[in-house]
Amino acid sequence: MTIQFNDETFRDDYSFHNSDWAIKRFPFPFHEDSYMYAVNMEQHRGGPEGSVYEKRFDVDEHYVAEMRDRAMVLADDPLRCQSLPHMTLAGWDLLELIMVSKSEDYPDLFELHHDADQWRWVNKPLGIDDTFTFLDETTLPYGPMEYITRQTQGDFCVLDQREENLWMDAGMVTTQADWSLDFDLGMNFFEWHAPVPLAHEMGIFKRALKFLLNIQQGAPARRMNWTMTVNPLLDTSPENYHKWGIQKTTLTPENIGSKQHLRVELQTFFRLPRSNALVFPIRCYLCSFQDLMTMPKWGRRLHRVVRDLPVELATYKGFIDNRPMMLDYLSQFDDGLPTSPGVFPEPETEPPLNKAG
Amino acid sequence: MSKFQFPESIKSRPVYGTLEPRVGKFHLMIADAEGAEAILELAAQDSALMAKSHIIFIPNGTDYGDQLKALNPAQYYEGPSYAASVQRIRHVLANAHQGLQVYLTGTEGLMGQAQNEAMQAGIPHTFIQTEHRGSVARRMQCVHCKGITEDVMTDPFVCSHCGLNLFVRDHYSRRLAAYQGVCIDAEDPGNVPEPVELYK
Repeated sequence: MTIQFNDETFRDDYSFHNSDWAIKRFPFPFHEDSYMYAVNMEQHRGGPEGSVYEKRFDVDEHYVAEMRDRAMVLADDPLRCQSLPHMTLAGWDLLELIMVSKSEDYPDLFELHHDADQWRWVNKPLGIDDTFTFLDETTLPYGPMEYITRQTQGDFCVLDQREENLWMDAGMVTTQADWSLDFDLGMNFFEWHAPVPLAHEMGIFKRALKFLLNIQQGAPARRMNWTMTVNPLLDTSPENYHKWGIQKTTLTPENIGSKQHLRVELQTFFRLPRSNALVFPIRCYLCSFQDLMTMPKWGRRLHRVVRDLPVELATYKGFIDNRPMMLDYLSQFDDGLPTSPGVFPEPETEPPLNKAG
Repeated sequence: MSKFQFPESIKSRPVYGTLEPRVGKFHLMIADAEGAEAILELAAQDSALMAKSHIIFIPNGTDYGDQLKALNPAQYYEGPSYAASVQRIRHVLANAHQGLQVYLTGTEGLMGQAQNEAMQAGIPHTFIQTEHRGSVARRMQCVHCKGITEDVMTDPFVCSHCGLNLFVRDHYSRRLAAYQGVCIDAEDPGNVPEPVELYK
């Protein structure tokens, strides 16, 4: 299938939009009508055809525009991409993983050719055709991690593994849900998660760490996370919070359907072969409330989840002030009918909305 | 008198202990202000310690200098500020041998920065002893402009670099030796609560 790449923005005029195809494959994160933290890891070994889970690194219609936005963020603030000196080898591991995966999974878009140490990488959507020497940084315009993650959707945390812990020692982070790579660089798993409420007490992080430490090469894992974002803004960074925070106050009952977005992170975890580091891509998908409501199952369920979410979580996720307005909007799409289990929208079998006015 | 029990907090916030003499070839002690008291107590526990110790002390207006000098450490240095002392600290750490023990005491800012130097010299932070004494002021990084504001005593406070009103988080970076400050009125510009003294 050939992807038609959108010409769109994630800032200023916010021309970002999802096609019907993108809405249907949106990774709705709620498999039931309520939400609480869970480790919720599963193997990342494909998924239904056309779904975001199918390929190792999903490429969709937002690819080119997202890479353009990333370049702008990095030009404004180069500290969004950092790698401690001992992480360069892991960067090469990551470059290899992505180039091999994308050229195998999307042969019409990406090509990788080897001639001993000489590699040729062709990225057709971005118009790149580079030849370089594998493991020789001087032959690339950026370090290996930065080079390849300027061409791959999603944030990337490259975690060193030592002392039975994971350390945030490198990353490319421009589409984050309000956390700072520059601040968290060098922290261990418990430290960078320190501000998250409730989950420590529930033992979530201890269990998650145990799972992650044991991820083997060739057996990647995945989980979902989510939050809310007003306007399709990818760069919800703490660095720029004093600029974008005010946008949260621009919601009205009239514009909430188009302005309020559910922000979903597809988090995957891959063991890297030479460095034994773990790469943790955090891929962000955005969908407006009004587009989500085109799927009756999601309309019913999102209302119930947002309504019943504990106050601590709504506060941490930054939408406690807007929750009443969200519920006014979402309740119009909840007729009280039961929903089928699982995350997929099932538009063919789920009953249409049965609500007057 | 000068010991303060910090309330329990999130997992990135440093936890300080009580200095105790450890077996070592050499002992580097870095202190500011009331941290001198912790060194005096440490010396009292082991009479052989000082002959193998290098004390780096930043008085910050206190007058513990004579008492520390009277301990007869192998080396004693008094610096007018941390910034003035840091070259010396780096030199000592760079030339240190296996078996060096590091003791840090005083304000969080002093301990954090000196710990950072020791870590960069290859000493794991878990091997470095710390004891908080004196001021509970914090060293804060503005997440927006990245500037560091020293000796923050109130929440919120004004970033000394960019002028934004920042609230004081407990989220702490050893790499930056600082807590994180985040704009408090981003969603309601101008609505800045009255500053409250930390831990009050």
